[in-house]
Order: sequence, then C-alpha cells, then structure tokens
Amino acid sequence: MHLASLVEMVESGFDERALLGTHEHPVTGAQLGQLVRAGASTIQGKYTSLVYAGENHPLLPVALLSAAWAGIPFVPVNYRLEDHHLMSLIDRQPGALVLADQHTAARLGDVKEPVLVFDEWLHSFPAEAPAIDPPFDDDEIAVVLYTSGTTSEPKAALLRHRHLMAYLLGSVEFGGANDDEAVLVSVPPYHVAGVANMLSNLFSGRRLVYLRAFDAKVWLNTVRTEGVTHAMVVPTMLARIVEALDGAEADVQTLKSLSYGGSKVSERVLTTALRAFPATGFVNAYGLTETASTIAVLGPDDHRAAISSDDPAIQRRLSSAGQVLPSIEVEIRDDMEQPLPAGETGMIYLRGEQIAGEYSSGSVLDSDGWFCTRDRGSVDADGYLFIEGRADDTIIRGGENIAPAEIETVILAHPDVIEACVVGLPDDVWGQRIVAAVVLRPGRTEDAEALRDFVRAELRGSKTPDTIVFRDSLPHTDTGKMLRRVVLTDLSSPTVS
Amino acid sequence: MSMTVKAGSRLFGATSTTEMIVVRAPAGEIELTIGGHPALLDASGRDGSTDVAEGHGGGAAMGKRYVDEAGSIELLCTKAGDGLPALAGELLALKDAKPLPASD
Repeated sequence: MHLASLVEMVESGFDERALLGTHEHPVTGAQLGQLVRAGASTIQGKYTSLVYAGENHPLLPVALLSAAWAGIPFVPVNYRLEDHHLMSLIDRQPGALVLADQHTAARLGDVKEPVLVFDEWLHSFPAEAPAIDPPFDDDEIAVVLYTSGTTSEPKAALLRHRHLMAYLLGSVEFGGANDDEAVLVSVPPYHVAGVANMLSNLFSGRRLVYLRAFDAKVWLNTVRTEGVTHAMVVPTMLARIVEALDGAEADVQTLKSLSYGGSKVSERVLTTALRAFPATGFVNAYGLTETASTIAVLGPDDHRAAISSDDPAIQRRLSSAGQVLPSIEVEIRDDMEQPLPAGETGMIYLRGEQIAGEYSSGSVLDSDGWFCTRDRGSVDADGYLFIEGRADDTIIRGGENIAPAEIETVILAHPDVIEACVVGLPDDVWGQRIVAAVVLRPGRTEDAEALRDFVRAELRGSKTPDTIVFRDSLPHTDTGKMLRRVVLTDLSSPTVS
Repeated sequence: MSMTVKAGSRLFGATSTTEMIVVRAPAGEIELTIGGHPALLDASGRDGSTDVAEGHGGGAAMGKRYVDEAGSIELLCTKAGDGLPALAGELLALKDAKPLPASD
C-alpha cells in the first residue's frame, strides 16, 4: 500500500477527529486531507523531491503527506548540521523544493534549489486545489533519511511506501486510539522515529502535538497543558527529564505510555524514570532507519515483570529490546553467517515486509531478503532480543571479540563517572588495545589506576582498558548517539599513548 | 456483479455507512458485497434506497480486519457501519489481532 492510502483512511475514519494542533486550534482528519491535497497541487510535476530542513512544526505531516500525494520523496535533513554539511546533503537532491524554518532558510542562501519558509508554503495553498490523482505505486520511494553516521559518513537510506505501510499494517491498530488521546513528538523530523511517530499516530487516530525542539521543562509542561497520553523520547531526553524533575514525581496525570529508544539507555536513568512516572507504562523500542523504524518492543508488562521478579533471567529483560514484532523474523548468525542457537551472541539479521535495507547506492538485502543490521546481540529462549552494540565498534584484542558496551556498563557503575566511551586503537602486539574516554562528575579526582582496578574486579584483565583518559565531555549526535568515530579520532592523536 | 480490486482500493457500502480499504486481494474478478449489496468503488453511488440484506448486517467496526478462509483477501474497516463484507456470498471473518504497545 501507498501513503496516499493513509490520507484517504484518515479522511474516512477520522473526518471529525482532531489529529493535529492544540486543544485550542485542532486540525481534523478532513482538514488534514484538504491541506494535503492543496499542498500536493503546489509541487506535483514541478519538483523531484521535497526537502525539509527545519525544526518540528505543528503541521509537519502536511509536508510528508503532500509529497506522498504528489508522488515525490520526502527528504527531512538535519538542520543542526554546520552550513556546508547541510548544503552538501541538500545538493544531493537536485530538482527539489526545499522547505525550511525561518532561521534555517536564512542559512541556505547558496543552495541552488528553490527555498521556501514552511509557513509561507502553507499560506500559498490555493483555496480550491485542483484534484490530482496520487500515483499509488507502493514501490516508489516515500522517504529518504540520512543515517547519523556515528561510525562512517552519512548514507541516504531509502524507505519505499510499501515498507512504511507494512510497518503500520503489521504493528499498529487503525483507529486504536481513543479520540481524547494525544502524543507529544519531541524527536526531530529527520530521525526515523520522527517519521514513524507521525505515521503510526495518524494511523491510530491519536492527535500529534509537536515540540519545535526538545526542552525538558517545556516537555513536562506540554504533557500537562495538552493532556498528553503518549510520548516517545530518546534516552538523552529521558535523562534530561529525570534531571529536571530532580527526584520529584512527574505529576503527569494523563501520560499512559512513555516509549524510549534510539540508543542504549543507562540503567540508572531508567530506574529513576520508572520511580518518577509511577503510573506510566514504559515501552522500549528497537529499530533502525533501514528497518522503517521499530522491529522489537519491550512493553509495560515486561518492564513491571522485570522489576518485580526474583528470577535473574526475567530481571535481565529490563536491558533487552523486548520481543520482535510478529511480522518480523530474526536470526543471530556467527562469523560464517550460520544461525546460532538461543542465548548465543552474534550478528543480528532481520527479514520482513517493512525491512528496507536499501541506500541510494543500492539494496543490501541478501538473495533471501535478510538484512544484516551490523548490530551484535542475542535472543533468549523466550524470544527477548538483547542488543550489544554496533559490530563495527567491536574491539578485537589478541583475537578476542570485545563489545565496548560491556566495559562501558562497568565503568558507568562507578559512582564518580557520568559518561564513558570505549574504543579500540591499533596496537602492534595485541592488534587492538582498549582505550576508555571518561567524563567524571564535577570535583572528582582523576585516578586512572583506581578506575582500572575497579573494572578489573568485574571483568577479566583482557577486558580492562589499557589506557583511561579523562575528558570534560564526549561528542554525541543531537539524538543522543555517541559519536564514536570522533572519540576515536581524538584518542588516535599522538598525545594519547 | 464482478469487480477487480487491489491493495489500496476503497470500498463503500451501498446501504450503510461502512467504508473499507483493501489490504490484500486476489488478482482477477471477484464478487464483493457489503451489507449484501455489491461494494461500491466510489461513495457517490450510494443511494440508501435498500436495506442491508438479512444475515449481512450486525456492524463492521473501525480498525477491524476481515479475511476469507483461504486468506486470499483482507479488508480493513476505516468507517464503522451496519453492513458486513462478503466474498462470493460468504461473510468474511473477523481477523484476530493482538494489539501491541504503542512504541512511537
């Protein structure tokens, strides 16, 4: 199916239901449909794609769905990038119309393609839009997303209509939300979670309330004033919300469900959050850009069971990504690409209708349709998926495969430590040696030897960092992923020995 | 009356408010009814001059999926109505679905 069908479904099922906007200024399904048809009429046949370079906007879905109705790809780009990076991404979309927020538009003077401020585009819609027939070819590209490039340069991931609709049809109930439900979107538009958030909540019939950009206090306040029932955050946002609460309960009567995903959450942040939101169900979602968002979910019941259980195997599930969706197949494979039994760690492979596994350079699915995530992990006997981290980050020291996450978890358990990043550096003897970059709490003493002893008490000597260096901060993407390649470059400089 | 449909085709009940979208359909001509009357591909053909046929009412609910025994066709109800869908005279069955927690 095609995203244009989603527009028709929304018009049919939610014609009078508020799907966008605030309590004060709602936009119904019927109004959204009119906006999309009008928006499509301004771009159809004129442009080859619709680029969006800006913050969230209450009417952001009009941009994506207008592009779908007009039969061209929607390409949200990271407006927070430096000017030359941002413009080089836009240059990869010749023939595009570029929509931007006011502030970003002012930075795009050198872009060859036409640039319009999003609000001005909305105001330019004709009152009587000429009817156009959407192409409805679900093999066309719906959305292009640039991967964040934590381990390599950003790649253009392609999501076709059939992938996104397979995700919706396979895991979301159409009209499953009550008409008083609202979801607060604070992930940025250029993140796959932003795209999935938008589509799955429109499909559910849940009103989308947008934060222009994330701020913990504004987030908490908006949950209260807009009667928000659902929200999705990345772990960095969860950490900031917990910080802003400073030990107090969140006082968010309406919030039924809080989902988090996008990178690994620290156990300390999660348990603090569970205490701060005692009446809220927590959901952990795992997915990649290339898998059209979520493929595994740890639901509220799993969270509660893990916290109240005495069984270590069930407790451990709090750090899992949950079970894969019924529409997805998962395999854990060894280095020879042979499937491994339950409990063993290897490379995570996925297959299913929503798995796109395609870049502008071509498809990376194998001949049987399997996608290699390049994430390492395991699946337990009950089907719970545990993610260990990117295979490309794996350190091979003296022939032994070492997951940085395992060492980072131990370092982070030290009371003086706020952040840690473990990488492998070339070593003549060992192949790679382990180096940890650590950020301490303010006022703590830098004692690399004491910290190494602390790690050695938990892990074998071969997993103890050969070198520990201290930094004031570590680099992240703005959705909270550690920029390991930047840390690696920093640590590779000759001053670190 | 025979018709051809494909994934994404919209269907309207002639005598009820029921609206459906085709999720999956067999290729070729099929006989599809809603409320016992031929399903319409366009809402403008509704006239309300007849009633839902006996045994073809009882209510289709929004969000529910309807399938035949062979699994050759799947319809999703986008607007509730009295009329139920049927393929070649056989009522489609309600598809069981376990709702998943909202993850985004």
